[in-house]
This record gives sequence, structure tokens and C-alpha cells, in this order.
Amino acid sequence: MSAPRDKFGRPIVVVTGMGVVTSLGAGKTDNWTRLTAGESGIRTVTRFPIDGLKTTMAGTVDFVTVDPVSSTGLTERLAEMATGEALEQAGIGGKADFPGPLFLAVAPVEVEWPQRLELGRAVGMTDFKYEDMLRVSGGGRFAQYHHRFMFGSVASHLAETFGTKGSPISLSTACASGATAIQLGVEAIRRGEADAALCVGTDGSVNPEALVRFSLLSALSTQNNPPQAASKPFSKNRDGFVMAEGAGAMVLESYESAMARGASILGVVAGCGELTDSFHRTRSSPDGKPIIGCMRKTLADAGLEPEQIDHINAHGTATPENDKMEYNTTAVVFGDHLPKIPVSSNKSMVGHTISAAGAVEAVFSLLTLEHQRIPPTINYEIPDPAILFDVVGNTARDAKVTAVMSNSFGFGGQNASLILTREPV
Amino acid sequence: MTESKSAGAKEVWITGIGIVSSLGEGLDAHWDALNAKTINIDDKRFAPYIVHPLAPVSFDAQIPKKGDQRQMEAWQRIGTYAAGLALDSAGLKGNKEILGRMDMIVAAGGGERDLAVDESIMSADAKGNSSPGFLNERLMNDLRPTLFLAQLSNLLAGNIAIVHGVCGTSRTFMGEEAASIDAARIALARIESGQSEIALVGAAHNGERSDLLVLYEFGDFNLKESYAPVWQREGSSGFALGSAGCFLVLESREHAEARGAKPYARLTRVVADLAQRKQPGAVTRSLEAMWPKLGITADSGSLITGATGAEPVTSEEKAFLREHPGFAVRATGTMFGHTLETQFPLGLALAALSISRGALFPPNDPTGLEVEKPDAPDQIVVVGAGHWQGEGMALVEAIK
Repeated sequence: MSAPRDKFGRPIVVVTGMGVVTSLGAGKTDNWTRLTAGESGIRTVTRFPIDGLKTTMAGTVDFVTVDPVSSTGLTERLAEMATGEALEQAGIGGKADFPGPLFLAVAPVEVEWPQRLELGRAVGMTDFKYEDMLRVSGGGRFAQYHHRFMFGSVASHLAETFGTKGSPISLSTACASGATAIQLGVEAIRRGEADAALCVGTDGSVNPEALVRFSLLSALSTQNNPPQAASKPFSKNRDGFVMAEGAGAMVLESYESAMARGASILGVVAGCGELTDSFHRTRSSPDGKPIIGCMRKTLADAGLEPEQIDHINAHGTATPENDKMEYNTTAVVFGDHLPKIPVSSNKSMVGHTISAAGAVEAVFSLLTLEHQRIPPTINYEIPDPAILFDVVGNTARDAKVTAVMSNSFGFGGQNASLILTREPV
Repeated sequence: MTESKSAGAKEVWITGIGIVSSLGEGLDAHWDALNAKTINIDDKRFAPYIVHPLAPVSFDAQIPKKGDQRQMEAWQRIGTYAAGLALDSAGLKGNKEILGRMDMIVAAGGGERDLAVDESIMSADAKGNSSPGFLNERLMNDLRPTLFLAQLSNLLAGNIAIVHGVCGTSRTFMGEEAASIDAARIALARIESGQSEIALVGAAHNGERSDLLVLYEFGDFNLKESYAPVWQREGSSGFALGSAGCFLVLESREHAEARGAKPYARLTRVVADLAQRKQPGAVTRSLEAMWPKLGITADSGSLITGATGAEPVTSEEKAFLREHPGFAVRATGTMFGHTLETQFPLGLALAALSISRGALFPPNDPTGLEVEKPDAPDQIVVVGAGHWQGEGMALVEAIK
């Protein structure tokens, strides 16, 4: 490999550990096997009643349970599992002594229905208001719910468990959060503030209200039967995304520091970029300029030309608008080179892991580089004629992959992209 | 501990400040209210709990489209309003070239719930009307479809982008008080290192929410029955939630000078840490460990703290303050209430304002912990220790 600094004189940021949990399983091995076999982790929800819901399936992680049941508790546990795997691979620091900061992409936290109903029953009345609930909230009986439903609680737990240094940052850029967590880690290392950073994206928030909220915004697929076929990125008959759970964790290090301790280098975060869309709360600017600008900023940050990208791990949510907009903007950025770039969406199999997606897909992008094999976009039976991507449809494809662009776009005008490479560029 | 790096760093100026709170809106109103020792509380609406309610504000002045206002809940309107004030104060309103590349870090919690929907579902549940699909059906039928967008943490930033056109980058940090300490820390570090030239940083909080009172009541953090200044709550500790929005424009000195911007003060350092508070004294030790990182040159000066009034953290912070008796202390919680994510930006804003006005605002404390400080401050330390976790500190200085 080359010098420890990139062409802009900044420390090169490498990945030395990765962990992942999705509805396909726990760990890189299981996930990669199932992902490249084209298996779906989407299933009919069994965690809570589905009566009255328009969308009844999701990519839930049912093989992990937490007690007491809460989405925030599951979110925390998934992050812990993915982080444990990443740290074991990286072999960095001592037990509970990670030598750097934590950047955590996590869903906004709030009191959840099981706990709210428990509180309501404690009021002892059949018609009551919040002020009646307030009378029974204190005195220590529900003290654990204060900590559980603080926004900083998941990061605080991870910081203590893994001994990360300093003030852990919990962040949300909606569906781009996972990518933003990685970007914050890259920036800290480039500034020379840290030699290592732990970047995690996690989301365990498939619960009734979360499902209803996305449903009321008409964002979710309602093709419930069979659930495995619901997520159809780039297909003409796609009708929305499928909510899912999961976590992705990455240990980032300066190349210099990783080399000095003889760590195995799994890949390089060569570039990061973001650009805000101020057009609308949920819709992209019709001209696509913010997404185009985001991808171009990321290429510039990596010092790469569009022709040097040989795979795109798409945001590919399977909402009618996202996939069309993603194609239109990508076509502008990559021009004549676009037909030579195989594109795939992991969300066809694992669903949309929301706050975790950027991190989960960054892990899958690095596994793609490692195995030189691109996971498929399943359920690709009726290609959308308006989307002329070279979609890796239905079966995995062996390919020479040196640089992957992974895109994430979210509500609130959030756009973030990463470029991951096998070797420093 | 995490700190912004200083070697070879660019100087960072505070060139815009926007505040709206229970004391009013804008810098003059706040300066006058602080000097008059004004405290506005409401002890009836949520009795026995006390809140510092938002002063009457005409949101039209910063959020001209009614449609935009309708898409937001109060916390987002407060924040979008304060962000507009900050941009006005920096002379940037409508400057598309700069706004289009401006970075933004917002510290946010979550938005308002539909309390009536919650109450009717819980009442029905308490009556035993809970068939398997009951919750689903009520949520599907009763929730306003766009309410989610008024609740999502990152949609305060989203609304600021839409209303004011701040659309370089947008990041939302969460995690109560510490979120805004880290927002300031990261924005400062990015500008110092050349990763960013100009950033909008801040937060907003609606303290007039019974669902938030419930959340903090779980941990017995609310001030009840009668109001007392922050340093006088030893008999009945707790915080009175406050409504406030506060945003700052931070930019590199070069960038500010090139556009002829007038600075209020310089933001020199921000440090943050997460003490493991299971051990008594951990907060005192955490604050003490951060102090030398600020690079303070004198053994006397001024200090603005966001001390909550909740225990044990307030007593631990007092123990730290006793080690620095030369510093004149001001607690924003006494006047503004506790505004969670907004408390630290508020401290930075009042520090910059005090420096620019050549005086620290007067003490507002019957216990004598806060003392008069007649001379013009050239350095002000800003302290934040979260009610349950997270500590940080900043140094705001006069520009030399």
C-alpha cells in the first residue's frame, strides 16, 4: 500500500473491524451467505398484532429478544452485538477500552406504548389526562423508564460497555444516519483528533406506532403476500419500502495507526459527502441537484473521477419516487459510464434498516470488495423501463470491484454518500 | 474527554446570535431582561409543576408561510424562529451563496405528541377495550399523517433548510444536554481544521409539554410546588422546564473578515466528557479535569452555567465551582428554566453577548453564590452538566 496520507495530505482512514446484524442473521458470515444467495429477511410481523394495519410485514430481527420489551432496548442490543463483532475482528484496545470516540446513528427515542399503557393502568381511573398520569409517574416506581427513554441512553450504554473515549455522539440524519456516523468518524481521524473511531448505526424500531407513522405517509409497501416479495427496488411494480431492523458497526483507524499495530485492513473509506435538499420535508427537489451535488462532493472528497467507480450500493428503497430520482441523478453524475456500473440494493433482502441502513450497507459494500461478488437485488421481475441501471437482478454477480459508492437519502432533505475502496486511492 | 484541536487551528468567531425564550426575543430584549433580573414562570398551567413559558412571539416574522408553520409543532417553530434571528444577526438572511454552503448542526430531542390521541387510547385501554388490533386501529385512524414530521428529531434542521435556505450540510445530534455541547465542539473543530468555513449551531426546546413532564417525573427531576432560583433548591431539588430556542453562527475569522461581518466574540475551546456517574464526585472530577483544557489565563473571571437544579449533579457542580472562587458565576436555569439541548447554546450566546456589551449581566441569586462583577469580561467560561449524564465546557473570549 501507499503512503499513510491521501492525495490531499489527510490521514487515510481504513476499516479494521466490522459487525452486522440484520433480519438475515447475526454476523458477517451469515449475512453474506444469505445476501449472496438472494434470501429475504422480510416476514409477517409476529411481535405485535397486525390487525388493522395496511402493512403487515417487516424485516424484524426476531432472533434477538430483550426484556423488558422496548424498541430502544432492542436497538441497544443490536448495536452491542454488531460492535462486539467489529471489535473482535479489529483486535483493538483492551476489554472495555476502545481507544477512540463513538459516533452512533440511532432512531429518535421516545416513551413507547407498552410503558405508556403500563403507566395509564397505574392511574387507577378509566378516563384520565396526562396530568393524572403525572401524579403517579414519580417516586421511583418508573425510574428505569427515565434512563431508557433518554435520547442519549443507547450511546451511553455502548460507551460504558466498550470503553469508548470522550463524549459519545448520538445522531440522526434520518435514513442517512448510518452514513453520517461513518462520516463523523472519518472527519475526526482526518483532523488528527483520534487514531480510531467506532461508528455504529442501529435500529430496532419496528413497533406499531413506527409502522403506522410511515404507513400514514404512504411510504411503505403494502404488498404483504408473500412478504419476501414486498421489497422491489427498481421494479415497475414497486410500491414502497419495507421497515426493517439491524445494526452495522465499523472500527475506523488511521492507516498509519492500523499499520503500526499490524492490523488487517479490510478497506478504506476514501470519501464522504453530504448536501442538504431544502425543497420539501419528504420529497427531493425535482431537478435532483442536491443528490447530484452530494455524489459529486463525495467523488471530489475521494479524489476520484466517476469512471473510477465500479459498483453502486444504491439507497434503493423501492419507493416509487426514490428509485426514479436515484436513477435520474446517478445518470447525470456518471453519464456514459453508468451502463458499466452494476447497481444493487441490499434493501430488497434486508429491508430498510432506517437509522442503521448507511452503516449496514457500508459493511456490505466492504464485503462486496472483499469477495469481488455483488449481492443481488431480488424481486427484480418487472424492471422499471424508466430506470436503466445495470441492476444486479435476482442472482449475485462476480465482478471486479475496486471502488463502491454507497448512497443514503432521508426525510428532511438528508443526502449522504460514501466511497469505499479496497486499497488507498 | 474529547476536545477540539488547537494546533495550527483557524480562529473561530461568533458572528450571529438568535435567542427566543420566556424572556422575549432578540438580543436587546434579553439584555434588558437579564439586567432587570426578570423571571417569567407559569406555576398554574401544569401545577404543581412550574415552567418558563415562551414569551409571546409572532412566528410570521421569521416563518412567513403559514403552510410551513402548520407543518411544524411548537419546538420546530421555536427553533426555526431562533435560527432566523441568528441569520439576521449575522447579516446572512437571504444570502443564497453563503447559505447554500453553510453547515448546520442542530441538537434536538423529539417533537410533541398528540396528547388527546394518547389519552383516549389509554383511557380505552384502562376500560378494558383492548382487542388485539385496537392500538393499531386507533393510531391509523387518529394520528395526523404529517405529525411524524413534526416529531422527527432531524426535521428541525429540515425546517430550517426549507424556511431559511441553510442547505450546505445538515446533522442532528441527540442526547439531551450533551447533544448541543458536542454540536458546538464538532462545529468548532471542523472550522478550526478547515473542514468547514461557516456553521449554524443551536437547539430548541418546548418546555410546555405534559408528556415531557411525565418523562422527567419518572426520574423525579421536576421542580414542584414553588419556584426557587437554581442555587436555592437544596430543600426541593429539580428543574423547571423552559421553552427556548438559541442558534449561533460560527465562522472562521478569514471568512467573517472577507464579508465584513462584525463578531460578538471568539469561540476558543469546547471540551466534553461522559463521566460514569455511579461514583459520587464523578461530575466534580469530570469538570475539574476539563478546566485546564480551556487554556484560561487568569484565576478570576466569569462563568455561565446551565446548572439544572436537579440533584446530585448540581451539588457536584457547586463543589467544582468552590474550587474556582475567583470566577463570578451566573446560572441560566434561574431565568430561563431548564431547556435541555438549548441550555449550552444559550450559555454560549449570553457569554458572547456579555463580551460584546462589555459587561457580565448581574447576579440573580439570593444565596450569594453569584456575586457582582463590575469589570468588562474578556473571557467567559460556559459550563454544562446534564441532569443525568454528559458534561462540557467552553471558553468564549473577546477578540484581540
